[in-house]
Amino acid sequence: MSVEDKISYKELVLNGIVKENTIFKLALSLCPAIAVTSSLRNGVLMGVAVLFVQVMVNMTISLMRNFIHPRIRLPIFMLVISGWVTVTDMTMAAFAPDAYKQMGLYIQLIVAFASILARAEMFASKNNVVPSMFDGLGMGLGFLFALTVISFFRELLGKGAIWGMPIIDAKPLLIMVLPAGGFFAVGILMGLFNWLDRKYLAKATSSHH
Amino acid sequence: MDAAKKHEPFIVTVSPHITSGETTSRIMWSVSLALMPASVMGVYFFGPLSALTLLLSVVSAVFFEYIYQKLLKKTITINDGSAFLTGLLLGLNLPPTVPFYIPIVGSFVAIIITKQLFGGLGYNVFNPALIGRAFLLISFPKLMTIWKEPTSAFIQIDAKTTATPLGILKEEGLGKLIEIYGDTLNLYVQLLVGYRGGCIGETSAIAILIGAGFLLYRGYISWHIPVSFLGTAAIIAWIFGGKGALFSGDPILHLLSGGILIGAFFMATDYVTSPSVKKGQILFGIGCGFLTMLIRLKGGYPEGVMFAILIMNCFSPLIDRGFKTRVFGQVKK
Repeated sequence: MSVEDKISYKELVLNGIVKENTIFKLALSLCPAIAVTSSLRNGVLMGVAVLFVQVMVNMTISLMRNFIHPRIRLPIFMLVISGWVTVTDMTMAAFAPDAYKQMGLYIQLIVAFASILARAEMFASKNNVVPSMFDGLGMGLGFLFALTVISFFRELLGKGAIWGMPIIDAKPLLIMVLPAGGFFAVGILMGLFNWLDRKYLAKATSSHH
Repeated sequence: MDAAKKHEPFIVTVSPHITSGETTSRIMWSVSLALMPASVMGVYFFGPLSALTLLLSVVSAVFFEYIYQKLLKKTITINDGSAFLTGLLLGLNLPPTVPFYIPIVGSFVAIIITKQLFGGLGYNVFNPALIGRAFLLISFPKLMTIWKEPTSAFIQIDAKTTATPLGILKEEGLGKLIEIYGDTLNLYVQLLVGYRGGCIGETSAIAILIGAGFLLYRGYISWHIPVSFLGTAAIIAWIFGGKGALFSGDPILHLLSGGILIGAFFMATDYVTSPSVKKGQILFGIGCGFLTMLIRLKGGYPEGVMFAILIMNCFSPLIDRGFKTRVFGQVKK
């Protein structure tokens, strides 16, 4: 059976952004969330790369799901994931070489993201192409959202700038662009996200049903 | 027995029934009182501006505690003295001539992030004042290392800057330090009294020792952490502190300079962030002493007390677990 009958596409997308947000809710993929978020541009690029890989992997696995023998499914998933990561990696190296120089390693590390393998295993291998695509879109957008927020605050506080443009003319908090500041930012924003979620969104969804 | 006593309600409680009458707030205010000699000496040597730094950091720490508890509708506990003490410790660990926003940012990080977000007094993993200072030192490396030259003329017009004894020791060696102070004995005396560059509260060794003596006498701190901390640091300084040959270092210089005294007596002994088992406290102190000397002798910073205590704070729960006393009657494995 498919999940299609029960859950709408909108809910699938929202699930990835809010309820099962990779970073703020599941606390997965925290290494890139700290390593590449010292500037907004890097954070957004990383988020977009993950979004692309997540959607493509979900769709590919979903298309192939009837031809994969269950016993060898994990190696197959890994092959598909590394294929799409290689595509992303090479595209970025060709079209954004400056950014690639700073974060190329982390783009390659997308292969090892728990969240991508988890969605392939738990969702895409059991559902049709279209819901799988929306699921990947939701998870990817959730990741992109988290990285955007984290890198926005880190660049703003740590460099007094947004997307490389200086906007605050004061001494910045240098610690925020260093790894220690990454932990501060992720921890505080994670707490804030869950607090807001409990306060507003949880209420809204419970009254909706 | 008088009439009032007779009609006292019959109170049923679980053990322990005998209490010492000590309360958190009494201990906090006593520790703050014990820091007064060091504060007075700091203000005496560095002038009225350092008093303003202390005041700002205390007021902002108490204010952040109040505003957080008010906003989250919690019981307001600013009277227990813990926020006051955190603010005072933070202020004493700042250089004398910092801009006004430095103590405020430091208090924010200490009280809101390190203390309240972890659940308030008793739940913080790290020493709040030290995290506040670490945050500032990493964020504003230049501003946090401007050391004012001490003076005995209370109000002065021009502020001269100088390097701390440890800074000189690291950059130019022991010879330069002795050249500045005349001879070794005079160097020790000046360090004891407090005539040297440094943070507001760490200048005068005598003032810190007076406060520490008061705390030890009243039983608010035990000897375990300070003695093992200072002892380890002294031994390592003696063995490895010298140029070239082993056992040629100067342990007295290392103990009297930097923040090791205020760190060992007032920061490392924080009840919340240090082990509560005595044997564990000794291990905690040894770790602090070792890391302090490692950073001082081999690290990039001239002073390592702050990072040493913070790193050992992480190990406190583990140390407590490791040294847990055997439950009575339990069979030894």
